[in-house]
Amino acid sequence: MSVAASRRSVLPGFGLSLGFTLTCLSLIVLIPLSAAFVRTAGMSWTEFVAAVTSPRVLASYRLSFGASFGAALINAFFGLIVAWVLVRYSFPGKRIVDALVDLPFALPTAVAGIALSAIYARNGWLGFLDPLWGSAVAWLDRTIPGIAWKEWLGVQIAFDRPGVFIALTFIGLPFVVRTLQPVLEELEPELEEASASLGATRWQTMVRVVIPELTPALMTGFSMAFARALGEYGSVVFIAGNRPMHSEITPLLIITKLEQYDYRGATAIATVMLTASFLLLLLINLLQKWSRRHHRI
Amino acid sequence: MSIVATQINKSFGSYSALANVSLTVPSGKLVALLGPSGSGKTTLLRIIAGLEHADPGSGRILFHGEDVTDRPAGKRRVGFVFQHYALFRHMTVFENIAFGLKVRRCRDRPRKAEITDRVRKLLKLVQLDELGGRYPTQLSGGQRQRVALARALAVEPRVLLLDEPFGALDAKVRKELRRWLRQFHEEVHLTTVFVTHDQEEALEIADEVVIMNRAQIEQVGTPQEVYDRPASPFVYQFLGNVNQVRLPIRGVDSVGELTTSADGSVAYVRPHDIDLTRFVDGVPGEPALVRSIHAAGPFARIRCMRGREDEIVEAELPRSRLCELRLSVGDAVLLRLRDSKASGEDFSI
Repeated sequence: MSVAASRRSVLPGFGLSLGFTLTCLSLIVLIPLSAAFVRTAGMSWTEFVAAVTSPRVLASYRLSFGASFGAALINAFFGLIVAWVLVRYSFPGKRIVDALVDLPFALPTAVAGIALSAIYARNGWLGFLDPLWGSAVAWLDRTIPGIAWKEWLGVQIAFDRPGVFIALTFIGLPFVVRTLQPVLEELEPELEEASASLGATRWQTMVRVVIPELTPALMTGFSMAFARALGEYGSVVFIAGNRPMHSEITPLLIITKLEQYDYRGATAIATVMLTASFLLLLLINLLQKWSRRHHRI
Repeated sequence: MSIVATQINKSFGSYSALANVSLTVPSGKLVALLGPSGSGKTTLLRIIAGLEHADPGSGRILFHGEDVTDRPAGKRRVGFVFQHYALFRHMTVFENIAFGLKVRRCRDRPRKAEITDRVRKLLKLVQLDELGGRYPTQLSGGQRQRVALARALAVEPRVLLLDEPFGALDAKVRKELRRWLRQFHEEVHLTTVFVTHDQEEALEIADEVVIMNRAQIEQVGTPQEVYDRPASPFVYQFLGNVNQVRLPIRGVDSVGELTTSADGSVAYVRPHDIDLTRFVDGVPGEPALVRSIHAAGPFARIRCMRGREDEIVEAELPRSRLCELRLSVGDAVLLRLRDSKASGEDFSI
């Protein structure tokens, strides 16, 4: 008997569909991405290192990765609460709230950026928060000296670091909510009842039973929000203030380089971003796989 | 530890799940709540456990005379076992069983060695000694349900409540496990209530059977009592096969010995209470025609049609009796009710 015959599957068309998948993936993802690497390959190693490790670029990595990570964490927390409320309770206007969650998906990011900066700017609706933030940071600076609080947290909300964080949080929220919702809906109420009947408090049930059940989905949502935030450009540039070395995100730096016709510099930074993002997402995926090791049914 | 529920009402919206139900479970007994789905049996069990609350202003739940109505489930010291196990997937079997001990407040929590010791004993009790390190997904249904039982027992409950504990298992495992449960109950005599819709299961292992229908209790009694002397047509029909025979039946003198419907036009007779003889003119009995004979198993089931009434009646005869009669389809027979009913001392409607 030939090898091919013994491998015949009940689902025909494996070769065709794999070929189709690879072609699409290549045309849309792999080839464009590799172009970045090819462009970069034109540089010498010293040029490359100089381009991707200049102080301004390093500062932008710190902000981009740090703010994205922080925003994804906040989203994981609030997204869990939003998903919980939407699944567990019914209240008037629930459908509207449910639909609103998707808004950051659909909104052009520039619109989000303009809206957010209009609201958080000093003369906006939430402008009164600006001086409050400033004095809070100043208080921290006085009470716990030795840390560059003003550098880290900024001194105002709009057109400073907090603005970056707010914009990244805004665009990442739906990812967490939408990945958690179906998992929460499937979560058997019996698990919580069993926990309660065994004498666990509500808090213990939450921490020991519910959260572990949700962890894989929570990590998926987290990593998607994180990835989205890393690549976000449109909304951030309006609200960030874009001060070099302080509130300038990496994607903006890439655009800036392009505008200065420094294509190689731009692709070099892009390469670093790509590699770092890929490694981080891979790590999160491995962690997620590990966290769901017992969830096979 | 006895359980007393008095005048419990429970409604979900306009639907009444329990209507003024009172129940007493004697200490140390194994009691089955039996009924069709939607009869309110699970709701009653959940109210006893504290997972559900009776309508405000309705009755109380007492454990050994102590009012626990307003106590949350975790403080009632009940062991609850769910139909679909409800095991924690991210914990090993060992951790699942230890859960109830580990979540106790510091001063009530046993020391670690003590917890380990107790879990080991429980694993041995449910015959899963070797599987403490496995995860629930690596176990079979029967094993999972035993883990759930061990988990419920770990907190040293005063009463054990099981909600259709064998409902999700296949027939063979179900039989094994319910015998094991009976045996376990003989050993520890923990007051146990279990919900089932399987009358065979209830009659086989329970000390007492509580039959529920449409939010109310129809009858309470030992398995033999409820089977032999059903208190209502519903119980009659729910427990085993039964014929609905329109009255009057020739050859039956006192209808008073039969269970009849409310208007007295239909009597309920079990197939094995009907005897057949070949039709002989002048002999008392209800004439009928044999329509079909199923002779697999120790008893033969013979379906007959009553001549006048156009009504199918099923009779169950020992195989030997069938051979004796040499019946075949199309034969004319006489239906007679066996005497067994008459010997029932105080059979009442």
